Amino acid sequence: MSTVSAPAQSGVVGKFSNYLDERTSISGAVKEFGRKVFPDHWSFLLGEVALYSFVIILLSGSFLTFFFQASMTPVLYEGSYVPLKGIEMSAAMSSTLDISFDIRGGLLMRQVHHWAALLFVASIGLHMLRVFFTGAFRKPRELNWSIGFVLFVLAMAEGFTGYSLPDDLLSGNGLRIIDGMVLGLPVIGTWITFLLFGGEFPGADIVGRLYSLHILLLPAFVLIFIVLHLMFVIIHKHTQYPGPGKTEENVVGFPILPVYAAKAGGFFFLVFGVVALMAATVTINPIWNYGPYDPSPVSAGTQPDWYIGFADGALRLIPPHLETYWFGYTWSWNIIIPVLILLVFLAAAFAYPFVEAWVTGDKREHHLLDRPRNAPVRTAIGAAGVTFYAVLWAAASSDLIATHFKVTMEGVINTLQILLIVGPIIAFIVTKRIALALQKKDREILLHGFETGRIVRLPGGEFTEVHQQLDAYDRWQLVSYNDNAPIMLRPNPQGKITGGMRMRASLSRFFFEDRIAPVTQEEYKQALEHAHH
Amino acid sequence: MAKNENGKADIVPAESVVTGTGVVAPDAFTDPGLPPHRPRVTDLDPKAAKRAERVVYTLFYLSIAASVFAVYAYMFFPIEPENVHSVRMNTLYLGLGIAFSLLAIGIAAVHWGKALMADKEAIDHRHPVRGTDETRARAVEIFRESDEESGFSRRTLIRNGLIGALIAFPLPAIALFRGLAPMDVDPNNELKHTMWKKGLRLTRDPQGTPIKASELTIGSAFQVIPEGLVDLPEHEKLDAKAKAAVLLVRLKKEDLHWSSKERESWSYEGIVAYSKICTHVGCPVALYEQQTHHLLCPCHQSQFDISNECAVIFGPAARPLPQLPITVDSEGYLVAMSDFTEPVGPSFWERAN
Ligand code: HEM
Ligand code: FES
Repeated sequence: MSTVSAPAQSGVVGKFSNYLDERTSISGAVKEFGRKVFPDHWSFLLGEVALYSFVIILLSGSFLTFFFQASMTPVLYEGSYVPLKGIEMSAAMSSTLDISFDIRGGLLMRQVHHWAALLFVASIGLHMLRVFFTGAFRKPRELNWSIGFVLFVLAMAEGFTGYSLPDDLLSGNGLRIIDGMVLGLPVIGTWITFLLFGGEFPGADIVGRLYSLHILLLPAFVLIFIVLHLMFVIIHKHTQYPGPGKTEENVVGFPILPVYAAKAGGFFFLVFGVVALMAATVTINPIWNYGPYDPSPVSAGTQPDWYIGFADGALRLIPPHLETYWFGYTWSWNIIIPVLILLVFLAAAFAYPFVEAWVTGDKREHHLLDRPRNAPVRTAIGAAGVTFYAVLWAAASSDLIATHFKVTMEGVINTLQILLIVGPIIAFIVTKRIALALQKKDREILLHGFETGRIVRLPGGEFTEVHQQLDAYDRWQLVSYNDNAPIMLRPNPQGKITGGMRMRASLSRFFFEDRIAPVTQEEYKQALEHAHH
Repeated sequence: MAKNENGKADIVPAESVVTGTGVVAPDAFTDPGLPPHRPRVTDLDPKAAKRAERVVYTLFYLSIAASVFAVYAYMFFPIEPENVHSVRMNTLYLGLGIAFSLLAIGIAAVHWGKALMADKEAIDHRHPVRGTDETRARAVEIFRESDEESGFSRRTLIRNGLIGALIAFPLPAIALFRGLAPMDVDPNNELKHTMWKKGLRLTRDPQGTPIKASELTIGSAFQVIPEGLVDLPEHEKLDAKAKAAVLLVRLKKEDLHWSSKERESWSYEGIVAYSKICTHVGCPVALYEQQTHHLLCPCHQSQFDISNECAVIFGPAARPLPQLPITVDSEGYLVAMSDFTEPVGPSFWERAN
């Protein structure tokens, strides 16, 4: 084939690019993606933080693998940390102590790894909330919500397996709790724990097995799902907030090269820098204070990493004595119920986009985000979910709450039990009210202008405050939102009304009966005329 | 034609898609388009641009300096054996060097992007995610053709055979995982027995020295392991201890309430021994409240009442802590009368049979 002469291929860079392109057709990728436009908003950075913390985790974790020994073989600790010298512990614990006290920069890397892990899960959680409250999960992005959800679960699994590796007192206790929980599951529980632990708890295998999961299988899955996730972001193009000039058919923002690359690339270094700063100055998981795992001692006030708290809290809120013997077997309701509650909660989060899509029956693509106030019921459902999670999370610290505020343990637990049920309902009602009130205020401002704070005296002697009308851009900001109305129940083409249709109609009423429609031009004109009289 | 499902009069057929519950008013406002571009200070004032440029390159050079400092810190703040302070200094200075080198790059790049690079907003057009009708038709065609050419739906025996084989071939993998747990061990049996047996002495955790009944004063508590546990190989030691750990307490005899004479005979002169493994999910029930005679599990705050056979009085646990029947031997040392009479620790499916 004859070469089409591209612009100047002289110089080292030109020659090198030519070499590369003739072997990879990379110029196609540059042409395709180089000027792709990304919209700009701080809330879009949350996903980036998650991505960058994963990169940091990979880097620091790889460093740790060179020194860590995932083995429960007993050794006598002979390292530099004097208080534990001569104590029998597993090689895992001993090598983690060596990383901390005998390898330069080892403690730093451990702390980078752990802080980045905490940031990873936190940023995924916040990113999910952003996507939820702005309705970014609507068509065509429902599947990407599912992928993101899987990442959230994988991140928690990565965190838990990592937390268990050093085989210190806290990590052993965490495993003990998992063992006890799994044992309580009907039918399969006993065998699952035996397979997991290679026999009875604690056994000699679990650290090695968790290690395979932690550094091989789970990261591979995380990576695959991240790739899928980002692929869809490119296929769908990023959503944008509504505003003048932004439509469902365009993306307004900055091109990848150079602006977005500079900002996003710079942001990676900022996230890494902040994690490094935390790791340099703030201790995390000081396993030398806890000592090696021993099934007998445990100190009060021990806490799992924050993202496991909600599960621990669910265990704590169950009332006493919930266990029955049926058909000769033990039904541990004190385990089964919290596990079910967690599974249903997670399933609800997973399924929400599909439920909303079914209720609205909306088959349009949505690339413009909702302001949370403009979807009052969705926002209220989100607030209820956050409250539910928060109560479970608070329950995981019930002992600390009790000692800190000098109240009884019983009082704290009973209060949280009530809050777990009442809290989400209150949160729902209050949030919906607030959203509707904000929508009303938007209407008000649009129709009657905003208060300028300037008082004038009219010829008649009265005082009034001058109201100023919005300009066309600000006005658009307040009226350009998705409006929905409940569906009316009508027979389908076969002349029937099915149960599903009834359900959908009542759900659509639940979602949209308190509807505040955007101001129309006609309404605006009338309001203006009214003001002039 | 777009259709809202209510088909109300105020609905404009905007696109050829179902909008479901979505409503669009006919006289809705229209988009005024992008607001006029506002130049930045650095666009208008060459001095400001110069300043920004200076900030950016200075930061890049500072980053180099910080990286060099980090290497310096690695060499000159070494870890000295048995000196925790040196670990702290090594972590701190190495970490600060790395952190500042990263932060400087980050701040510089972001500032460069924000203040100096062209900030004219760009616009991309979106296309529907679905393929064009043409593409979709061709895709369907391809599947139809390959079905034709392979006979996938026509040759049902082949097709069903393939599906069956694909379902069956991972089965051996499932079987392989049986090996995760030892072959010759019945979990049900393991979970129901501990090291304790008749005549085994109660010994102190962790020393393993035996305890005389006379050593316990009223209100005192001992962490106990079975005699011989300390001599087990390390792994068996932890496995055994995870089931056999016991808490030994002495109360006034009149403070102990029993459901039967037999239960009472499991104690000795107000000395009682209870499993330390929580019946909830297995944490050690390590906190003993002397005044109330309550045992508290630190994990989920289950509370057990020693004066009432360790019944659950609060928290998620469902069952009392199992009691270890004890007595004294001829030398006055506390010994077990038998193993626990029920499985210790968390409940499990086969526990009752
Ligand atoms: C994305 C997910 C990951 C999360 C959330 C995570 C989290 C954790 C946590 C919390 C610990 C305990 C550290 C401590 O002692 O404070 C840990 C330990 C460890 N992680 Fe990860 N990790 C992840 C991925 C990785 C990867 C990809 C690798 C290796 C390539 C790795 C290697 C290690 C090693 C070797 C340890 C044990 C050493 C030690 O405890 O100091 N991790 N991880
Ligand atoms: S393990 Fe004791 S209360 Fe949960």
